[in-house]
Amino acid sequence: MKYTKEHEWLRVEGDLVVVGITEHAATALGDVVFVELPEVETVVAEGDEVAVIESVKAASDILAPTAGEIVAVNDLLVDNPGLVNEDPLGAAWFFKMRLDDLSVLDDFLDEDEYNELIA
Amino acid sequence: MVPFADYEMPVQYPAGVLKEHLHTRAAAGLVDVSHMGQVILRPKGTLAETALAFEALMPVDVLGLTAGRQRYGMFTTATGGILDDLMFANRGDHFFVVVNAACKTADIAHMTALLSAACTVIPVTDRGLLALQGPAAEAALSRLVPKAAAMRFMDVAVLEWGGVPLWVSRSGYTGEDGYEISVPVARLRDFAEALLHQPEVMPIGLGARDSLRLEAGLCLYGHDIDTTTSPVEAGLNWAIQKVRRAGGARAGGFPGAALVMHELAQGPARVRVGLRPEGRAPMRDGTELFAGGDKVGAITSGGYGPSVAAPIAMGYVAAAHATTGSTLMAELRGKMLPVTVSPLPFHPTTYKR
Repeated sequence: MKYTKEHEWLRVEGDLVVVGITEHAATALGDVVFVELPEVETVVAEGDEVAVIESVKAASDILAPTAGEIVAVNDLLVDNPGLVNEDPLGAAWFFKMRLDDLSVLDDFLDEDEYNELIA
Repeated sequence: MVPFADYEMPVQYPAGVLKEHLHTRAAAGLVDVSHMGQVILRPKGTLAETALAFEALMPVDVLGLTAGRQRYGMFTTATGGILDDLMFANRGDHFFVVVNAACKTADIAHMTALLSAACTVIPVTDRGLLALQGPAAEAALSRLVPKAAAMRFMDVAVLEWGGVPLWVSRSGYTGEDGYEISVPVARLRDFAEALLHQPEVMPIGLGARDSLRLEAGLCLYGHDIDTTTSPVEAGLNWAIQKVRRAGGARAGGFPGAALVMHELAQGPARVRVGLRPEGRAPMRDGTELFAGGDKVGAITSGGYGPSVAAPIAMGYVAAAHATTGSTLMAELRGKMLPVTVSPLPFHPTTYKR
């Protein structure tokens, strides 16, 4: 598992990268009531706003952690946004991306570095 | 914790906004609103003279408020805008006023400048303020302070708890029955803990307080009302008693009266309405509203309503588009999404009248 400073996690699954938000982020957001996901086949650049997540408290954007193509989205979240609080690291993945080059993942934070960031 | 009007305030406690909100509607929630401004107006002459001086700042009947009762009011600007909204109580020989935290310095200056001939404006700095809200508020508070049970909506009384004089009003800002209780700072923590020991009571933060007042259709100063909105546009006509309207014994005579009286007679050009987004996406302050391609208004408060279980909002809309049931389009992240003009409140109020 790799992490971004924006509190997303990235998990390699074959030649794809699965993206979600960390438990820390889910807790900080509070009860999630709305999730908007990108269209499949969207080509995104690093930092693009690709998804929206809203809690009772506030709205926040999920940014593309790196350049690539969105190849799958987790429609379960649209009908059950609360899954983000229940299982942020598992069932509540947001989208899967195909990257041109998986080696860019080396630049992201590892678990120790991320834990240090949120400590 | 977040900074709010120079105070560090909890947005939520461990239960989270959603549970805090729903618990308040089902049982009772306790909010620390000690950041709000508490002010005493101590008459130099008679209470009636102070009432009449106070009426010169607000389009509200102060003179007719009987002892032991509280009323909602608002300071208006010379152009009919709102400087702040407030609660004021007749406590027999003086008035007790509660104003918004962000406005309190300006409000105290405003009152000191304009009321000093009639009364002494005394900021109450040695008391905190707690709001206990929800259907079980009466049961919880009256276990500590039995006389609280006999109070009706908007009654005020000084009740004693273990030798501590509590300034209690049966009111709040959630749409629920409940109380606001002014407590000496030295005993504030003890009293809050005594309330939290009652099985019905859960602490709630600013987040739930906001979602509760939004569902109740109540205005948040700085969002739904400010110096650019008039009381009539804001739909606060109910707070302008007949005696201050055209034909009333003390009609007009407050800042901005010409505009407010004109709007009361002719109807305002725009009006605050409830809005229900048709989809699941919450729409927040600043979201623009369109009809037939023309901008007709904007959202001033919005979010998810936990008891409504859907997104809800309030905003200002041109009068021609403000009819209940009208569909408008809201621009959200580059998309046009339908919203329906809806009656307020979104959740029925349960005041103990």
